[in-house]
Amino acid sequence: MTDFQSLPAAQGTTRRSTPLLKVRNLSVTFPQRGGPPVNAVRGISYDVHEGEFLGIVGESGSGKSVSSLALMGLLPSSAQITGDIDFDGHKLLEMNDRQLSGLRGRDISMIFQDPLSALTPVYTVGDQIAEALLLHDSALSKQAARSRAIELLKVVGIPAPERRAKAFPHEFSGGMRQRAMIAMSIANDPKLIVADEPTTALDVTIQAQILEVLEKAKELTGAAVVLITHDLGVVAGHADRIAVMYAGKLVENGSTADVFSDPHMPYSIGLLRSVPNMQTAGTQRLVPLEGRPPSLTALPPGCPFAARCPIALDICREVEPLLASHGEFADGVRVPGLDLAAAGTPRDQPVDSHVAACHRSGEIASGRLTRADVFPRPEPLEMQHAVAREAQVPVLTVTDLKRHFPLTNGGLFSRRIGTVRAVDGVSFSIQPGQTLGLVGESGCGKSTTILEILEMATPQAGKILIDGTDIGTASRAERLKLRKDVQIVFQDPMAAIDPRLPIGEVIGEPLTVHGVGRAERRARVQELLDLVGLDPQMADRYPHEFSGGQRQRIGIARALATNPRLVVLDEPVSALDVSIQAGVINLLEDLKEQLGLSYLFVAHDLAIVRQIADTVAVMYLGRIVEYGPVAEVFARPRHPYTQALISAAPIPDPAIERSRTRVLLEGDLPSPTEEITGCNFRTRCPLYRLLDPAAQSLCTTDDPPLVTHDGVDAACHHVDRNRIVDSALVGAP
Amino acid sequence: MVFYTLRRFVNYFILSAIATCLAYVVASLALDPAAKYYGRNPQPSAHVIENILNGLGVNPDVPVLVRLWNWILTLVTQGSLGDTVGGKSVVAEIVTRSGVSLQLLLLGSIIGAILGVVLGVWGAVKQYSLSDQTVTYSSYLVFATPTFVIGVLLMIGATMLNGIVGAQLITFTGSYSAGMTGSWWDLLVDRGVHLLLPTIALVLTGAASYSRYQRSVMLDVLASDYIRTARSKGRSRNSALVRHGVRVALIPMSTFFAYSFGTLVSGSIMLEIVFSFHGMGEFTLQAITQSDINAVAGSTLFLAVLVLFSSTLSEILYAALDPRVRN
Repeated sequence: MTDFQSLPAAQGTTRRSTPLLKVRNLSVTFPQRGGPPVNAVRGISYDVHEGEFLGIVGESGSGKSVSSLALMGLLPSSAQITGDIDFDGHKLLEMNDRQLSGLRGRDISMIFQDPLSALTPVYTVGDQIAEALLLHDSALSKQAARSRAIELLKVVGIPAPERRAKAFPHEFSGGMRQRAMIAMSIANDPKLIVADEPTTALDVTIQAQILEVLEKAKELTGAAVVLITHDLGVVAGHADRIAVMYAGKLVENGSTADVFSDPHMPYSIGLLRSVPNMQTAGTQRLVPLEGRPPSLTALPPGCPFAARCPIALDICREVEPLLASHGEFADGVRVPGLDLAAAGTPRDQPVDSHVAACHRSGEIASGRLTRADVFPRPEPLEMQHAVAREAQVPVLTVTDLKRHFPLTNGGLFSRRIGTVRAVDGVSFSIQPGQTLGLVGESGCGKSTTILEILEMATPQAGKILIDGTDIGTASRAERLKLRKDVQIVFQDPMAAIDPRLPIGEVIGEPLTVHGVGRAERRARVQELLDLVGLDPQMADRYPHEFSGGQRQRIGIARALATNPRLVVLDEPVSALDVSIQAGVINLLEDLKEQLGLSYLFVAHDLAIVRQIADTVAVMYLGRIVEYGPVAEVFARPRHPYTQALISAAPIPDPAIERSRTRVLLEGDLPSPTEEITGCNFRTRCPLYRLLDPAAQSLCTTDDPPLVTHDGVDAACHHVDRNRIVDSALVGAP
Repeated sequence: MVFYTLRRFVNYFILSAIATCLAYVVASLALDPAAKYYGRNPQPSAHVIENILNGLGVNPDVPVLVRLWNWILTLVTQGSLGDTVGGKSVVAEIVTRSGVSLQLLLLGSIIGAILGVVLGVWGAVKQYSLSDQTVTYSSYLVFATPTFVIGVLLMIGATMLNGIVGAQLITFTGSYSAGMTGSWWDLLVDRGVHLLLPTIALVLTGAASYSRYQRSVMLDVLASDYIRTARSKGRSRNSALVRHGVRVALIPMSTFFAYSFGTLVSGSIMLEIVFSFHGMGEFTLQAITQSDINAVAGSTLFLAVLVLFSSTLSEILYAALDPRVRN
């Protein structure tokens, strides 16, 4: 790693120097056969200085990925790219593929979103990293490249790198592949690393690890980083500057502190207000940002956000606003609105300081329009069905549920070679009108648990009671009746709805199972559509005519068709854009109050769980490790795993995000086939490593049971000693 | 792994045995080997016919299962598949004829596969370009043309060429010139010239289907993220396509190649007849037309072994190309 050590560390942002990357008026258009072209990017300009960390934020389809692929020269040849990209003295748009290949991977490198598909499956990870080195250094021997690759794997924190370098991508977990991608991207000490949603496909604990590695990579190479994401929490803690994109345009660009504390563009305001914040979640309603981005093929005149903007004026629908500065510098000098524009062509837009593209940004910046004026917080619905809170029969009681899968070596004469303990003794209950949040990393057994409940078969071990009826002993007729009471909303609304059925039939289908007549079904569908905030006239339309958020509403309507008592929500908003999430969460909260529903809410986003749940159960390797009231658990998590989860979840507030102490978990979730003696979390436990040997031996020999500590159950021997994070959320709410 | 392979071969053995026995039974029930003797003029006496049928072990008066048992016994004890109606040993026939078929098929299918893969990759990379369209439409044309038409057209072309040159440049009847003498080199060239036209026909039909298949696999691979990753590392477009794209796109092709090889023999019957190649295809056809039960069972066994061999080949190829299935 001599190359890295000889490099000066990043000296923060060296503003006013010549920028490393200068993007001017970049536009990307995709012509379509027999149709209007898609204007994916429409004239954006920004600078990235040496060692700077720029976060580009936007919803899907906002053009954030396309603009970055354009600068890498990796767009399909059909794309029409205009404008000017100046990188370190090279005019990127004027270079051909061969010339660009010389730069790519050496001076600019890229990290992609999906680590599962971003590595070639047929070459070893070591070879693929070595390839990046060999391509740019013909003097390097294969052997030297290979040992460099091993060093790089070590830098990004892959254990046993010599052995791992010889492994194929499918032998790596998602987090490890992303580490390998980072190793590849820093192989040649690049000046700029473009990371396109590098953590979106990963669990929150792994996300925290990867962001840490990315920061380390940036420090080692001194490279500037452009991080593209939809997650405001991710950029809050890491980015120096933030650029917000909407409908192919930059609508706001400024320092992270400025954009978060003093956004000037209504879209940024809405985005910031719609994101549930783990600190404030549960105390107030989310602010929905209704509607969806305009189609990029037929943009209306004026501001593309006007249709969704609560403060749009007539001019907003006629003239598209340019990026301009509206704030004041700290020393009180008003920044000339278009300093670059005055000097150069009028199309040249300012790229420095804090700029926003809105006709009313001046009013917002001066404080005449407050954020609450732009996007007021909706009032909570009055409880319509008074749900009695006295002791009742729980809607769902799960006692000591187990689901083990035999692991065989396959083939004709298969032998059992192990057991997957997917669910290993899980107990919880849900009171009527209450929401239980079930959280944990992927692979912890959340999905198996809910499938066991929905399957309504006799469980392998343990008991499932729905409304007091044991489904293990229930008759067929009773089970059919119980099925009415338990419904599910799936994660991906695009995949969960049959694209060939009109939505009215999709929603009414559960009723056919229970023998409801045609006319009655139709009336019920109308009622349900109205209930979830869709126009009842739309019953005859097909799913593809609806946006993601609307489709999830359809999924919710379908779940409600049979008047269930309990709705299982399996990551209901994680496939939706941030701005849409708030609306769906609010709807779920309203429906719960209106209909007296109970929810079993499975999620990995802790902020959303805190927002909607009354009780939370944290799962790890098939067990519940912490279980208690949401407020208690979030305020003072007892189990080290809960602490790690909470501290790994990013908070969309730069001030808090930067001052938090993080508890980082090491490595990945162990395989559920592994036999771990004692506490099964000890292999990754941050507390375990701090304990004295006597206390450690308790963890290695005894499996900790769930024990109640002040109303919260936790499965840890050392709850009393656990002070890794006094309050996982450092800073005042 | 040894155990796994061993189990495979036991499976294959059972499968080929079942296929052959079934073929024997079906052929015995459907074919009437005596019929052709009754049609002869002068008709041989019933006694003579009976003797011939008994000699071949195909007398319909003996119950089918008894005949099958006897057939299996001779196969196990003497390694013989019985005699053809022509009185030759079926095993000997298969050995000579499979040699003729294989020299035709191996060459044709390998060249066809390579050409098809190249055309398919080209078509995918240059999707919707003029060259892609040309390849697409030509392969549809080849698909739509029966093999024997292609064979005959090639023969017409060769005859015209011979006429223009004024010499017997291309000969295309049989697999070698009968009665030809000369050095081994002359004999080899002679065989090569005879192979030319049928091989071209095989290459054309092979390349047409391979190119379609390869093109669609390649289009999937082209859209995958790892091609983009390879380019972001600094590979140029073409080099990324070859090193990372074609390499992965070949994986499903290995299965296709192996299986199509297994079915080639039955598929090339027409070609052997058009070009008067005395190969396995012709043998199978003759066996059926002459109601030759032993030959039908023998050629079924040959085809079964070939198909199972190619399925093993496809698994080996797959494992060699794809590390994900190796363990």
